[in-house]
Order: sequence, then C-alpha cells, then structure tokens
Amino acid sequence: MRRARVAFSGAIHCAVPDGEGRLRLEDGRRVTEAEVVWLPPLEAGTILALGLNYADHAKELAFNAQEEPLVFLKGPGSLLGHRGCTRRPAQVKFMHYECELAVVIGRPAKNVSRAAAMDHVAGYCIANDYAVRDYLENWYRPNLRVKNRDGGTALGPWLVDAADVPDPAGLGLRTFVNGELRQQGNSRDLVHDIPHLIEYLSSFMTLAPNDVILTGTPEGVSNVQPGDEVACEIDGLGRLVNTLTADADFGR
Amino acid sequence: MSTACAIPCDIAPFRLSGTVYGALLNHKSALTLIGPKAAQPPYNGAPRAPVLYVKPRNTLAVSGSPVEIPRDALELEFGACLGLVIGRPACNVPAERALAHVAGFLIVNDVSVPHDVFYRPSIRFKARDGFCPLGPAVVARERIPDPDALRIRSFVDGALVQTSTTADLVRSTSQLLADVTEFMTLAPGDVLAVGAAWPTPRVRAGQSVDVVIDGVGTLSNRFVAAP
Repeated sequence: MRRARVAFSGAIHCAVPDGEGRLRLEDGRRVTEAEVVWLPPLEAGTILALGLNYADHAKELAFNAQEEPLVFLKGPGSLLGHRGCTRRPAQVKFMHYECELAVVIGRPAKNVSRAAAMDHVAGYCIANDYAVRDYLENWYRPNLRVKNRDGGTALGPWLVDAADVPDPAGLGLRTFVNGELRQQGNSRDLVHDIPHLIEYLSSFMTLAPNDVILTGTPEGVSNVQPGDEVACEIDGLGRLVNTLTADADFGR
Repeated sequence: MSTACAIPCDIAPFRLSGTVYGALLNHKSALTLIGPKAAQPPYNGAPRAPVLYVKPRNTLAVSGSPVEIPRDALELEFGACLGLVIGRPACNVPAERALAHVAGFLIVNDVSVPHDVFYRPSIRFKARDGFCPLGPAVVARERIPDPDALRIRSFVDGALVQTSTTADLVRSTSQLLADVTEFMTLAPGDVLAVGAAWPTPRVRAGQSVDVVIDGVGTLSNRFVAAP
C-alpha cells in the first residue's frame, strides 16, 4: 500500500494510486495527478538526518568514515510535497539536491535492539534534502541556514508501507536534473544501516510515530539553478519531482 | 506533542506547536569564553549567521518534571534562556517589526551533556528525553516591556550559581528573529530560545535547578539519576 496526502477541491485528502497518472481519494473521487497539490505524505514529528552516511559521498566531501553516526535535526517548516518549488537564493554559488531514503517510524522506539529495530518502521518515502553549501560554517555543523531552509526538504510522493519494501537495504537511488542522470547509489552502501540507526537513536532518545530519519545521500551532488527540474527516484518508492525557483518569485 | 500542549498558554495561539529552536553562542559571554580558539581550526572564525539547533519533541518537559542524568554522564550543564513564543507566522521579518510576531515569552532550560568541541557535537548531548524543560507558562508580550533587558538567575539547590542579562545577547531578540526568519519561517506556537550565558552551570543527580527570569517566572526541575 502506498498513500499520498493531497489538497483537492478545498480539503486535504489521503489518496492512493488509481492507474497511470491517476489517484483515488479516500472519499471515492477519482482525479488526475495534475489536479491535486501534493503535500508531504505524513505530518512529520522529529526529523533526523544523516550526514556523510554513504562512503562514496563522504569521500567526495573529503571526510573519513566515522564511528558514530553524524545526525542533525530539522524542523517541520523545511518540508515540501511532490512537485513543489524550492527557492534558490540568487547570490549563492553552490546549492545541491540530496536524494535520500526516508524511514518513517511507526511504533515508539526506546532502547530498541538492532534485531527488533525494523518492527518499528511504518514505511518509507523519498526525500530530496537540499543544501546551500555557501552557508556552511564550522559551529554545530551543519547549521540550519544550510539544511533547514523553508521548502528545502521535499518528501514524497508516497508513504510506502514497510510490508511492501521487502529489502530496504538494497534500493537503488537516482537523481535526474532536467532528465540527465547526475546521482546514483544504493542503500546497501549505507555506512550505518537502518537497524543500526534505530538502535543508535533509540539508545538516547525516544522515537515516536511519524518521526522521520533521512538516511543520507550517495555521491553525485551538483549545483542546480532556478528553473531546473530535479527528480529523485528510489526503487519501489516512486519518483519525487521538485523545481528550483528564483528569489524574484518570492518577492526578494 | 502532548508535552507541548501541557505548557500553559492562555493567549493566542493558546498552545505550543512542539517545535523548539535555540540559538547557540548568542550570548557575548559564550564568545568571550571561546576566545582566540574561535579563529583556529576547526572553526576558522567566529560564527557569522545565527548558530541554531533543534530541541526535538522528546526533549520537551514541564516545570516540575524530573530530568534524568544518563548513566554515562557524571553531571549535566544547563543553559538558562529566554524563549520567544511565536504568535504570527514570521517569514523574513525586519528587525523593527519582529517583536510584533511574538505572542509571549517563557523560560527555556537547554540541558546538555557537557561537551567542549562545538564543530559537530553529537545530538545525543542535547536531544535526550526530557532535556528541554519549558515554562512555567507563556507570559504575554505586553507584560514584558523590554525583552532585551531581562535579568536571568540560575539556582542549584537554592544557591545562586549564575546571573546574566538578555542585554548581553550578541543578536538582540528582534535582530535574531530577523536573521533566523530570513531563511526559515517560524510558525505560531514555535519557540525560539535566544541563547544562554556561559559558562553554563553544572548539575548532578539529586539536585534541583530553578531558573528565574524577572517578570517571566520560575522554571523548576529536579535532576535524578537514570534508573
């Protein structure tokens, strides 16, 4: 089962796929994908994100592998649905996408062992967690100005039930910019895999339903410009599309 | 989420959203204490933009609730901060009008496992369950004539251990709001802690902490050993 949250005809609905390019709302209406506004597929609680959790990407950024996962936190204002627009500040030199496998917690998790960790997962979605590298500073990295910008984290299109993702440790990730393949990886290459992340995080904080873990991005990040269409794909989870927009659209 | 709802807020928006941000190194005493080290690796310069962090919902706690000291820590440090409670959505607000977006104020006690490297501290220092007592209640903005001139006192077991003032913030409350909302919108019920004075006091299991901000109230929490 995969579910989306969409706005249609004045209300917010749960929607499921209904054939190519179509959705069925929970109230029975059948609509085309173009008729709806896609929202993040869940109302996220705590959003945790991993830095440098693919060995190749860590190498790309000249970091050595770490013992403890590098985790940072994000606020809910950063989230954006499928087909949303993300502002690119005019003066920056390097803003890049990050295709990530997002894990959604289903059952509260506190001191959960690696062996039991996957029982706490509700499902998965695709995330595109933008970063503006120009703003990176060396205090409490990565600072929120880099990673917690309004609309800087696209999530969706679907929340796919864990039961429908038999092998989350073997999913291909791909990012296309204007149709050109720029980023590619596989969740088998996570430095800290999903069971370990749940074990680690739940060892010092209680994870609650709808908390989201963004598991990190593989190598292949590149600069994007206003007007670029960025599409992130993950095997079995769909295709998350986002468009970069200019400051002028925001009256800046 | 339930903890956020438990903090009294009898003015609009009448409840906290549960999203709590804080500013680090926003008290002059913090930069003074770091001193010349700020210019050296790994920092290579004093902070330019606000240094922000998130206190996730599992950390939120009310006045009176016990704070557990994890088994791997001898003591904790606590940062006594003024918290701004957002009343109206604040997006790219100029400093001159920033306080109009604030509904009121409360006390934020930013509890951490002590750490002395600020490059990329692990979130396990700050994100543990119960590590962010808030309250005791939201006080309306109109009752605080000048949020940039508030005395903050911290007591451990009744003894005064720190006195500071929001007059010594690096970015004043309104300048901080302007610089933060330039890139992230704050929503009604969100809290922004404006920064603690350094050195932050320490607390051990069995001790009680009171944070008092003039006109805002007293936030009291007991620190206990993890079972």
